[in-house]
Amino acid sequence: MSDRPLLAGLQVAVCYLVAFWSGFFVMGVELLGGRILAPNFGSSIYVWGALITVFMLALSLGYLAGGRWSQKNPSLQRLGLLLGVAALTALPVLVLAGRPLEDLAIAVPDPRFGSLAAASMLFFVPTFLSGMVSPYCVRLLVDDEKTSGRRAGQLYFVSTFGSAGGTILTSFYLVLWFEVNTIILGMIAISGALAVLAVLARSRR
Amino acid sequence: MKNFARLLPLVLLTMGSAGPALAQKLIHSERSMYRDVLVYEERGERCMCFTRECRIGRQSCIYLARPREFALSYTHMVMGGLLFATSAPPKTLLIVGLGGGTLPTALREVLPDAVIDTVEIDPAVTGVARRFFGFKEDPKMKVYEMDGRVYVKRAIREGKKYDAILLDAFDHEYIPEHLLTKEFLTEVKSLLAPGGVLVGNTFSSSRLYDHESTTYAAVFGTFYNLKAANRVIVAKPAGLPTMEQLRARAMEYELALRGFGVDVNTVLGMFNTRQDWNPNARVLTDQYSPANLLNH
Repeated sequence: MSDRPLLAGLQVAVCYLVAFWSGFFVMGVELLGGRILAPNFGSSIYVWGALITVFMLALSLGYLAGGRWSQKNPSLQRLGLLLGVAALTALPVLVLAGRPLEDLAIAVPDPRFGSLAAASMLFFVPTFLSGMVSPYCVRLLVDDEKTSGRRAGQLYFVSTFGSAGGTILTSFYLVLWFEVNTIILGMIAISGALAVLAVLARSRR
Repeated sequence: MKNFARLLPLVLLTMGSAGPALAQKLIHSERSMYRDVLVYEERGERCMCFTRECRIGRQSCIYLARPREFALSYTHMVMGGLLFATSAPPKTLLIVGLGGGTLPTALREVLPDAVIDTVEIDPAVTGVARRFFGFKEDPKMKVYEMDGRVYVKRAIREGKKYDAILLDAFDHEYIPEHLLTKEFLTEVKSLLAPGGVLVGNTFSSSRLYDHESTTYAAVFGTFYNLKAANRVIVAKPAGLPTMEQLRARAMEYELALRGFGVDVNTVLGMFNTRQDWNPNARVLTDQYSPANLLNH
């Protein structure tokens, strides 16, 4: 393994930014998920339970996958690609929220398993891919084992701080200003822009 | 001395409220999946509350000495809406939100043969209604423990129709936002039998008032708006009854309602269609429903 850092200058900042945004995106979508499921599954404790379970499960598996994928040719470009694809897989949320959810609610009348199935169908893939981002960033940012803990800590900070931001902004303000689908589309657009930034960001070396 | 000074305001406060005879007594308390369900007794009244000392409103109240009589004013308006606005005594009724069950209990008495379906999301509330508020189910009066929106969607699929529907699922602390959208009200409308009546018990005095009004207007057009401490909306897709029609129906129930302490003339006087809201307020939809944020 070479001692040369994978990223330099601006690239480091972009990497943190991507991790921050990914955290923001996940929690923004999770909160809106509650609204998307409510018309067909209600807003009982089961629905929130199912939703949070699916997000946690998808993230946990995403961490595993992201760590694994980081072992082969890690690069900021690939990270950008990951962010972009994660955002694109959230697009079906806009389409599936109507009739398909209603059909699912009819097919699975139990409020627990119905909402579990619905949450999996809409949110598992984008959340799984978003979960891959953080461990992948760790790989890009760590240059030696002495600073590895500190780097990982900073990354957890940035990504979880982003989650906090996504939660409060979405629930306190965004839903007051915009429609659910507009917020999701806006977040997908920001992900896309950051993905392009990550792909294009060159080191000065 | 320092301690006494700190206690002094408390002492004065207790004296001011004329002694322990008027103090609120906690009769029952349980933690449900959603909230604390509390039963307090005070001044001969027993109330169900979701917050300590009923700080944020009371869900249901009864007078212990006269349990039939309605202790909360909104129930008078609701009974008026359900009974006066229908063109014949309703045979099938749906109530979304049980509380202490005082309304279904009264409706059962006034309409002994009607089917009265109630939807309540919180099983603890149903238990407390049975134990402390004399709520009793019978073969034609059942409680469905599920989310109101889920029930309505299912009822539509099963082809059910109701002559009267009461939406009574809001409290001052939290509004289930998916029960205050254009889509939901449209679903409720399609669940009404021909000539059916929708009654909504809400309370909003905040910014939400305008949004709630335009949302109901978007689905039902003109509606009767009855206001006291709460706000009760009475809508009828087949066309609102005239004041004369309301009065004629009210007279049929005059005697029956007197037993609950309801004066039909007072209630009749509250029916009006005056538009006292901003007609440009954004309609609430499944895509845009920040009801709780607007309610501040």
